[in-house]
Amino acid sequence: MTLLLEQALNGLQFGALLFVLASGLTLIFGIMGVVNLTHGSFYMVGAYCAAYALGTTGSFAIAAVAALLGAGAYGLVIELAVIRRLYQRDHLYQVLATFGLILFTNEAVTLIFGRRPPTVETPSILAGSVSLGGSLHYPVMRLAFIAVGALVALGLWWMVNRTRMGMLVRAGADDRDMVSALGVNIRRLYTGVFGLGALLCGLAGVMAAPLLAVEIGMGERVLITTFVVIVIGGVGSVRGALAGALLVGMVDSLGRAFLPQLLEGRLTPSLATPLAAGIASASIYLLMALVLIFRPLGLFPARH
Amino acid sequence: MTNTFIRGAALLAASALTSALTPAHAADPVKIGFITTLSTPAGYIGEDLRDGFMLAVKQGSGKLGGVAVELVVEDDGLKPANAKQAVDRMVQSGIRLYTGVNFSNVLAAVVPSVTAAGYTYISSNPGPSIFAGEKCDPNYFVASYQNDAFHTAGGLAANELGFKRVVALAPNYQAGRDAIAGFKRTFKGELLAEIYTKLDQSDFSVELARIRSLAPDAIYQFHPGGAGINFAKQYSNAGLGKTIPMVMPGFSMDARMLAATGTASEGFYTTGIWSVGMDSPASKKFVQDFSAAYGRLPTDYAMQAYDTAQWMASGLRAVNGDLSKADAFRTALRKADFQSLRGKFALNTNQHPIQDLYLMRIEKNARGELAPKVVKRVVADDRDSYASACKMPS
Repeated sequence: MTLLLEQALNGLQFGALLFVLASGLTLIFGIMGVVNLTHGSFYMVGAYCAAYALGTTGSFAIAAVAALLGAGAYGLVIELAVIRRLYQRDHLYQVLATFGLILFTNEAVTLIFGRRPPTVETPSILAGSVSLGGSLHYPVMRLAFIAVGALVALGLWWMVNRTRMGMLVRAGADDRDMVSALGVNIRRLYTGVFGLGALLCGLAGVMAAPLLAVEIGMGERVLITTFVVIVIGGVGSVRGALAGALLVGMVDSLGRAFLPQLLEGRLTPSLATPLAAGIASASIYLLMALVLIFRPLGLFPARH
Repeated sequence: MTNTFIRGAALLAASALTSALTPAHAADPVKIGFITTLSTPAGYIGEDLRDGFMLAVKQGSGKLGGVAVELVVEDDGLKPANAKQAVDRMVQSGIRLYTGVNFSNVLAAVVPSVTAAGYTYISSNPGPSIFAGEKCDPNYFVASYQNDAFHTAGGLAANELGFKRVVALAPNYQAGRDAIAGFKRTFKGELLAEIYTKLDQSDFSVELARIRSLAPDAIYQFHPGGAGINFAKQYSNAGLGKTIPMVMPGFSMDARMLAATGTASEGFYTTGIWSVGMDSPASKKFVQDFSAAYGRLPTDYAMQAYDTAQWMASGLRAVNGDLSKADAFRTALRKADFQSLRGKFALNTNQHPIQDLYLMRIEKNARGELAPKVVKRVVADDRDSYASACKMPS
C-alpha cells in the first residue's frame, strides 16, 4: 500500500515537471501554430543558467531567477530573430528551422559552458526526505516539484481565464485572423506567449537541475514526451496539457513500477523481464494511440 | 620554346619519379587515423581519448618511438555510419594505423574496414565480444579491456564485500543486458530483481522506490553518461546512498561524472583497471602531466589512450616508422613491450589484455576531492572468456 502511494507520488511529480514544459509548448503550438522543437533547448538553457548562477553566487534563489530570465530572454531572441519569419510558412519550414536551432543551441552551450556537466547541489532547504505518515518517506525536492506544478497550473488558469492577455490567448487559439482583424497587435501577443513558454521551460530547468544531469542534449530527451503530452491533452489547451501530463506521468511511472511484478507472476522470468521492460518503455505511446482512437483531437482540444 | 617545354616536363617527371622511389623521408610523419566522438553529450570521452593520446605525442616532441607522427582526427558524432565513411576515406588515403573509437557499436563499423585492408587497429576503449572470440583478427589489438571485465569484477566485488541479496539495474539495450549477464556470471548470492530501465530515462524515482521496498544488501547498476549522473544524484537524494551500498563499473562513474554528481557519490563502489590515485611513479607522473597540460584530472579513457600511444610507439620503433613491414610491426606489437600506467599488462591469444581488476571506493582524497580509491585487487591476471573461441592466425 505504501509502495503504491509512493509510486503514485512519483507519477504525480513526473507529471508536474511535464506539465510545466507542456503548458508553454501547447500555447505556442495551439495559438501561434508553430511547431517549436527548440522548446527542449530552452529547458537546457534554463538549467545551465541555474547551474552557472549557483556556481558563482551559491544562492539557489538567484539561480532560479537566472534560469527564468536566461530561458525567457533566449526565447524572446529566438522569436524575434527566427520564429517571427516562419508564421506564414508551412510546418515543415518550422520543423527544419527549429531543429537547426537545437543543433545551434547545443553547440553554443558547449562553447560557453564547456562539455563538462556542471554540479548542482540540492539546496539545503529542499534536501532530505520527510515522513508522510507510516513508513512512507518522500524526498522534499520531489514534493517541491509537485507544489511548483500546482502553482503553475493555478497561475496559468488565472492568466488564461481572468486577464486580458488570457482572453486574447483564448481568442487567438479559436480564431487567429479574427483577433487580428479586431485590431489586436497579434505580433506582440505572439512574442509574449513565446517568451512565457520559454520562461516556463526555464522554471522546469531549475527544478530539474538538482536531480538530473545538466548536460548537452537534456532537452531533446524530454521533448518527445512533452509532445506526447500535448497530443493526448489536445493541442492549444492548458487544461489538456495538465490532464495529459498527469496521465502520462502516472501511466509511465505505474507501468514501470508494477508491470514487471504483474508479468513475473504469470510468465517465465526470461520472457517476463524483457517483455515488461518493453511494454513499460512503450506505455505512453500506447496511451497516446488509445486516446487518439477515441478522441482524435485529444482529451480537451481548444475549439476550432 | 618547344625544347624548353619538353626539357621542363622531363625534369618534372624525373623529380616525381625519384620522390616516388625513395622511401618515405624521415621527416614525413606517420599518419594515425583517430576516429572518435567529439560532438554529442558523450563528446567529453572522445576529448579525453584524444588528449591522453596527444599527451604522449607531445612528450615525445611530436614523435612516438622516435618516429614523427601526425594524428588525423575525425568526429564520428556517435554514428556508426559516419565513422564507416571516415575510415573508408582514411584507408583509401593510405593511413595504416588506427585508434580512437569510444563506443562498441561504432567500433563494429570501423574495425572490419581497417583489418580488411591489412592495416592495424588498436582499441583505446571498447572491447566488444564480437571481436574477442571467433572473429579475432591478427591486426586488431585491444589496449583497454574486454567489455565484460568490469561486470564480472562487479560480481566478484559483491562477493568479497559480503553482499548476499542484490538488485541489478541497467538500461534495456545490448550493453545493459550484457552488464547484468556479466555480473550474474560471477555473483554467488541471490539476485532479487533485474530492473531494466528505458534507454532515454532521466527520472528514476520509480526504480528507487522499488529498490527500497526490496531492501537488498546492495545494488549493482550500470548507466553510462548523463543517465548515470541522474541515477547517482537521485539515489542519494532519496536517502538510499547512506543505507544501501552501490557497486558499479568504473565507466558508470568516471571523473567527469563524479564531478557532476557533487557529493552524491561518496561511498559508492566501482570496479576498474586503473584509478587516478593509483600509487605508481608512472601513473602519478601521468596524472600530474595531464592535469598540467589540460587543467583537469584524466579519466580512465585518457589513461587508456596514453597506453595505446605508448604501445604504438613500441611497434613504430621496431620498424622505424615503416608500416609497410606489416609482419614485423605485428610481431613487435604482440610483445606488448611498453610500461602500462596500470602496472601489469600482458596479451592474451586473442590480443586482448590480461590484467588485474580492482575494487575501488569513492572517497575524499588528501585534497578533499572525491576520487576512487583502490580497496583491493579482486582478480589477478584476468582473462576474458572469449579467447578460447579465437583461432588466431599467425
